[in-house]
Amino acid sequence: MAHDLGFWTLQALNALQLSMLLFLLSIGLTVIFGLMHFVNLAHGSLYALGAYFAASLAAVGGYWMGFFLAPVAVAGVGILLYSGLIKRMRKSGPMAQVLVTFGLIFVMLDLTRIFWGDLALAIEVPALLEGRLAFLGVEYPTYRLFIIALGLMILAALAFVLGRTQIGAMIRAGVDNDAMAACLGINVERLFFVVFCVGCALAGLAGAVAAPLLSVTPDMGLQILIPTLIVIVIGGLGSLKGAVAGSLIYGVVQTFGAVLAPQLASVLIYALLAVVLVIKPVGLFPAKG
Amino acid sequence: MKRAILAALGLATSFAMPAAAEDIKVGLLLPFSGVYAALGNEIEAGFNLALEQFAGETDATFEIIREDTEVKPPVALGKAKKLILQDDVDVIAGIVSSGVLGAVRDMVHDAGVPLIVANAGNDEATGADCSPFITRMSFSNSQVNRPMGSWMHEQGIGKVYTLAPDYAAGRQMIDAFTASFTAAGGEVVGQEFTPFQKTKDFGPYLAQAKASGADAVYVFYAGGEAISFVKQYDSFGLKADLPLYGSGFLTSQLYVNAQGPAAEGVITALHYVPTIDTPANATFTEAFTAANGRVPSEFAVQGYDAARALIEATKTGASDRASLATALREVKFEGPRGTLSIDPATNNVVQPIYVYETVAGENSLTQTVLAQLPAEADPVNGCEMAPVSN
Repeated sequence: MAHDLGFWTLQALNALQLSMLLFLLSIGLTVIFGLMHFVNLAHGSLYALGAYFAASLAAVGGYWMGFFLAPVAVAGVGILLYSGLIKRMRKSGPMAQVLVTFGLIFVMLDLTRIFWGDLALAIEVPALLEGRLAFLGVEYPTYRLFIIALGLMILAALAFVLGRTQIGAMIRAGVDNDAMAACLGINVERLFFVVFCVGCALAGLAGAVAAPLLSVTPDMGLQILIPTLIVIVIGGLGSLKGAVAGSLIYGVVQTFGAVLAPQLASVLIYALLAVVLVIKPVGLFPAKG
Repeated sequence: MKRAILAALGLATSFAMPAAAEDIKVGLLLPFSGVYAALGNEIEAGFNLALEQFAGETDATFEIIREDTEVKPPVALGKAKKLILQDDVDVIAGIVSSGVLGAVRDMVHDAGVPLIVANAGNDEATGADCSPFITRMSFSNSQVNRPMGSWMHEQGIGKVYTLAPDYAAGRQMIDAFTASFTAAGGEVVGQEFTPFQKTKDFGPYLAQAKASGADAVYVFYAGGEAISFVKQYDSFGLKADLPLYGSGFLTSQLYVNAQGPAAEGVITALHYVPTIDTPANATFTEAFTAANGRVPSEFAVQGYDAARALIEATKTGASDRASLATALREVKFEGPRGTLSIDPATNNVVQPIYVYETVAGENSLTQTVLAQLPAEADPVNGCEMAPVSN
């Protein structure tokens, strides 16, 4: 297949766009995972919830209202989950946590069905981000460029907070050795609560951002869960670097896999996952060395 | 529920009355949860509407027992067994997923219970796996796509790029289109099947379609995938140079408004469009909209015609499993989609196909019918069935 440079630029942008969307989702999950060894399988449901909140809010006050308030609303749901369920489950071991959060997926799935119905919803792209921009010699949808830019901004902000601030140092200390961090006077439990809420808000943000691109359906949370888990397993648990690397690898493999080996498109990423698990079971950039 | 109570009341009072009318037990086997819940509800709404409108035409009364398949073949098989053995139903109607149809096929065939299929379009169900007890009132996958191949070639389109999800229905729809399009002299310059329900970003495929040098793109997507696809197609600005055609499920009335302006100008073919200009359709859409607050989709009309077929069958005096199965095979009536009849060779519905364009209406999207393609019976596809005998 002879394709020109523009074609490959377009595909590279597609890969980057998908990566950034997954990054928003996986970063919250991976830090919660790394910090407290807490397996929150319901993370995908929070993403779906973000999309639904955004769709409802957008119907009332336009896209931007959904964009800014959906993450807040999802963080609110996160607080409810934390105080109602997750706090009690903290010491009960991974199997119980997996079962409870897995059950939560179905509870939330049916709750969204009851509140919003079975029909798919959608949000229009805001007027500001409609159309296409000429970028690197190709015409690319503005909204997709917005997703890439937003992902990079969140990445920069998280890199700054985790790497350069005191709270970042506390989080890193907690991920590295939570018992020692607690001995040094860090309130690890409160830290976990904060990180959990931020993770939930980011999942909600991902949902709000993905909604105009995809359709808002009750099962969207289940569909995104596997890719997110693949990202953090490839990248390594608990680290920002791992989430970035995992997302980029997933985005590139999915996009270029679909172009170069379409028959293998759905298998490639699982094959890669298997290779990573065999060669480096802890992932490429685990938080703990 | 209300209907069941009414029917039960009818049954109770019938003891007092001489010459009791036949009471027919109907098992309604539909997904009320899971990914196809919206379709199940739509079909049930249509089914109930037809019972309301036409039940007066027959002496029979109907008792409905609804069961949720959850879109899971093993669950559906269990529910079908319950309907047949425990509830002792005379007829089953429904079935959205072809996987579910495959699972219950042998059960209904061996038990000799007539099944009116209200959606599942798998070609084999009225082909190699056909049964004198299974009558399909909805469509077959190739039926809705085959006429589009020659029609598009007549419109001067020479090269097409096709896309569909990688599962049985996706392949059957595209294969039927490809066969008639190439037979008419067209060329398929590229063909891709995307991982089913795993593809969120169609960007990679759209860039390939653009680079393929095709005159148009022909696709089949349904539900959430259809919404994502149409919106992403529009966001890449492809519609102007590379018009989008497809199987009509792509811009189904059920979710076209979620696609918004992105769906304008998309041309697709289907067995039903809410804007078909006939008195029968006007009556139907009006009554359905009044009852449900939304314009009916093809799924609603499938449920409506499934109930209608059952009523027509009972008008011949059929009242038990065997006589209903025979009567259903000879049903013919004028419905919202036009004249419907059952092909005696396969038990699949024979119906016209409408080519329509999605256009902006007053405050929502609507459809303009561009062409009505004549009704054709599907090829027999390996179906061997005894002819109808009375």
